[in-house]
Amino acid sequence: MSLVNFTTREITCKIVYYGPGRSGKTTNLHYIYGRVPDSRRGRMVSLATQTDRTLFFDFLPIDLGQISGFNTRFQLYTVPGQVYYNATRRLVLQGADGVVFVADSQARQLDENLESLQNLQSNLLEHGVDIRTMPLVMQYNKQDLPRELILSTADLDDALNFRGVASFSADALHGVGVFETLKGVSEMVLKRLAAGSTA
Amino acid sequence: MTTALNPKYTFDTFVVGTANRLAVTAGRTVAENPGSAYNPLFIYSGSGLGKTHVLMAIGHAAKKLAPTLNVEYLTLDEYVEAFHAAIAAGQGDAFRRRFQNVDVLLVDDVQFLSNRKEMQSELLRLTEALQGAGHQIVLTSDRPPPEIADLDERLISRLSGGLVVDMGVPDYETRVAILRRKAEERGTTFQPGVLETVAGLEFANVRELMGALNRLVAFQAVNDQPINAEATKQLLGAAAGLAPAMAPGVSPGPGVSPGPGVSPGPPPASGDEFGAFLADVTVTVGKAVEAWRARVGEAVLRWRGEGYRTHRLERLLEQETPPAVDEAITQFVEDVERLKALEAEVGQLDPQASGDSVFRDPERMAEAEEAAAQVRAGVAPPPGPSGAFPLGGYAVGSSNEVAVSAVRAVLDQPGKKYNPLVLVGKSGLGKTHLLNALGLELARANGAVVACLSTQAFIDELIAAIDGNRVDWWRARYRRVTALLLDDIHLVAGKERTQEELFNLFNLLQDRERQLAFTAPAHPNTLTGIEERVVSRLEGGLVAELKEPDRAIKRSVLERLLAGQNVTPEPALLDYLADRPTDSVRSLVGVAQRVVAAAAAEDVPLTAGLAREVLEGQAPREERRSGGFRTSGIVVSSLGGIKSREKMVWDWPEVADRLIEELR
Repeated sequence: MSLVNFTTREITCKIVYYGPGRSGKTTNLHYIYGRVPDSRRGRMVSLATQTDRTLFFDFLPIDLGQISGFNTRFQLYTVPGQVYYNATRRLVLQGADGVVFVADSQARQLDENLESLQNLQSNLLEHGVDIRTMPLVMQYNKQDLPRELILSTADLDDALNFRGVASFSADALHGVGVFETLKGVSEMVLKRLAAGSTA
Repeated sequence: MTTALNPKYTFDTFVVGTANRLAVTAGRTVAENPGSAYNPLFIYSGSGLGKTHVLMAIGHAAKKLAPTLNVEYLTLDEYVEAFHAAIAAGQGDAFRRRFQNVDVLLVDDVQFLSNRKEMQSELLRLTEALQGAGHQIVLTSDRPPPEIADLDERLISRLSGGLVVDMGVPDYETRVAILRRKAEERGTTFQPGVLETVAGLEFANVRELMGALNRLVAFQAVNDQPINAEATKQLLGAAAGLAPAMAPGVSPGPGVSPGPGVSPGPPPASGDEFGAFLADVTVTVGKAVEAWRARVGEAVLRWRGEGYRTHRLERLLEQETPPAVDEAITQFVEDVERLKALEAEVGQLDPQASGDSVFRDPERMAEAEEAAAQVRAGVAPPPGPSGAFPLGGYAVGSSNEVAVSAVRAVLDQPGKKYNPLVLVGKSGLGKTHLLNALGLELARANGAVVACLSTQAFIDELIAAIDGNRVDWWRARYRRVTALLLDDIHLVAGKERTQEELFNLFNLLQDRERQLAFTAPAHPNTLTGIEERVVSRLEGGLVAELKEPDRAIKRSVLERLLAGQNVTPEPALLDYLADRPTDSVRSLVGVAQRVVAAAAAEDVPLTAGLAREVLEGQAPREERRSGGFRTSGIVVSSLGGIKSREKMVWDWPEVADRLIEELR
C-alpha cells in the first residue's frame, strides 16, 4: 500500500491496534473518536456482537487536513482479539503501516498477551513482513487497575517488549496514554517517509 | 510607519504548552533560518492567545542571531495606511521597493484583508517578491487563510504554501505555568492552590486569564492578607463560569473491568489532545516530506522563472520516493548551463536561431546539441578565396607594381594601412587573381575568416537570405569575417538593398579594423548607379590601378604558363606571342592556349611558325579540330563574315553532352 502519494498529494497511514481479546483496542479508538473534531473524523465503523465484543473490526478514519501540502489521513483499525478470528486479523493487518500492540496489564492475562504477540508476528510474516521492520509500539493498558491485579510497566516490558520498542502506560477508558501511543506510532510511521526519501 | 518590537515579547517570556508548541517551534526555526525554513509562516489563533507575542519574538530572535537583518513588524492596517499614503504621494514604487528589501517581514492581523481586493493583490505581489528574493514573511490572523472571507484564491494558496500553524487555548498545566510566571514577574506570591484554582476556571483566552490574575494581585495588595483558594473562587466566580479542568488528569475510578468498549469516556472539552497530536504529526511530516520536496520545488520555481522547462524536476515530485534528489538537481543545473552556453554560441552565429525553444528544454539536450551543430555548420565561413590564385603565381611588372606593393602593404598591416583597398583596371588584367591572392595570404593568419567572393554571389546570397527570412543570419555570417574581399564591386550598381547592407557592413568592419578590398573596372567615382556614400567609402582607402600588361609581364606569364604544361618554348615563340597586341593577360593566355592546343592536335612541336599559322593563317582543318576538342560543331569559313579568327570561341561546350549530363 502506498503511504505517500505524491501525485494526489496524499499521505495515508494505516495503523492497526492489535492485542488479545478485551485488552482495550476498541476503547482506544473510541477515546480518539471522542477527541477528534467532527469535521476531521469519518464515521466510525464498529461491528460488535451483542456483548459488545468486536466481531469483525473497527475502522476510524481521521482526516488531519493539509500538512505540508499533503492531504493527510490516518486510518485506525482494530482486530478482533479472540483467537478464532485469525483470518480477519490477518486481513486487517494487510498493508498496515504501523501496529499498536495493546497489552492487557492484568497479571492473569500475560499468557494471552504473549500468544497474541506471537500471532501478530506470524500473521505479519504471512504478508511477508518482518516484525522488526514494522513500526510497532506497545501500550500497557488498564494501568489504573489496583496494583495487586496488574503487572508494572517494567515487568511488562521485561515480559513482552523484548524488541525494545517504545512502550506506553495507558488507561484507555479514561484516555490516559491514548494519544501518546498514537503519537508514538505515527512518528515511527512518518519517519519511514524520511528514510524513504533520502534513500 | 512600522511599529517597534515590544522588548517584552520574546521567546524567553513565552510559556510553551502543547497548544502552541508547534507555532513556537516553527517561529524559532524561521528566526534561525529566515527565508529558507517555512516561507511564508502563517500563524492563526483566537484572540489573546499570543500571536503577536510569537510574531515579535521571531523578530527579536532573528535580530539577535543576525543583527544586520532588516526586520519589520507591522499590522495589516498599518501596511494599508502606509500604502494608501504612498499612493497618494505618488510614491507607490518606492513603497514597494522599501518592503521588498525587508529581510524578515512580520505582518499582524491579516484577517482584515476581507473584501479588500486591492490590498490582497498588493500583499500577493509582496509575498511573491519576498519569497522570490529569499526573504522571510510571517503573518498572523485569527483564522486560517481559507476562512478569511472573500480572499483571493491565489493568495490563499500562496499563504498556505509555507506552513500554516494554529495556536490553541493553553491546557490546564500551561495555564498554571503562565500564571506562575506572570505572578513571579509581578513579584507577588500566592498561597498554594490559588493559581491552580484560577487555571481551573474557564477563560476564553490568556488575556482574560491575565485580567483575572491582575484582579488577584490588586486584591491581595489592598487586603494585606494572602488570598486563599476559596476566596479566589468567590472573587473570580462571577467573571468566569466554573468549569472542570480540561485535561483528563488521573482521576479514573478503579473499576475491575474496563467494561464494554462503547463508552467514549468523558466528553471532550476541547480538541486539545487531538490538536497536540496534529501539531506533532505536522512537524514530523514537515521534516520527512518537505525537506526534499522544498528543494525540488525551489529548483522548479527558479528555473521556470528563467524560462526553462522543468518537467524533469516536476516528475520527481510525482515519484513516491525520489532517488537522489540532489544529484537530479545538479544534473539539471549542469544541463541548463550547457544549454545556456549553446544558446550563447548560437546567438552569436545566428541571432534568430538562438530563440529556439530547444535551448530551453533540458529534456532535449541531444536536439539542442544537434541544432547548435547545424547552426555552426550553417555559419561555415562565407565563400573564401580560391586556391587557384596564389600570390606567388602572380607576375609582377611595371604595369602592376603599384597594386602589388599595395597588397603587400596590406598584408603587413591588415585593416590598418590601406582600408579599403580598391584594385581598378580593365578586364583580364589580374584583378581577381590579385584579390584572391590577397585573400589567401590573409587567411593564413590565426583565426582568420576571409570572405572572398564576387559581388554577384554576394547579392545572390542576400536575396536568398531575404527570401528565407534569414537576413539576420546572413548579416551575422558576414559580421564575423576578419576580411571582406569583393570582386567586381561595380555590380552593386542599382542594387539599393545590397548597397545599404554593404554600407553598414563596411562601417562595422572598418570600425573593427578588418581589411576590406574590392575590384572594379574603373575608378569608383566614375562608376554609375552606386550611392555617393558607398563611393566615398571606396575612395577612402587606396585605389590602385592595374595597367595593360607590359612586355616583361607577358613574357613571364607565358613562360610560366608553358612551363606549367611541360612545354619548353623557343624564345622566338615567346617573343612572337608577347609582341602580339593583346590588351590583357587573359587574352594573352587564351592565345597561348590555342597555340598549344593546336600543336598538340597536330602533334607537331610548338614553334613560332606554328603559332603564326594558327593565329594568322588559314582556318584549322576540320579533322584537326575534332581531335579531343569539345566543339560547337559550327564551322566557320575564313571567307565568312568573321574577320578575325582570334575572336572565335574554340571551346564552346557541346550542348547535347551537357543535356545528357544533367538528365543523368
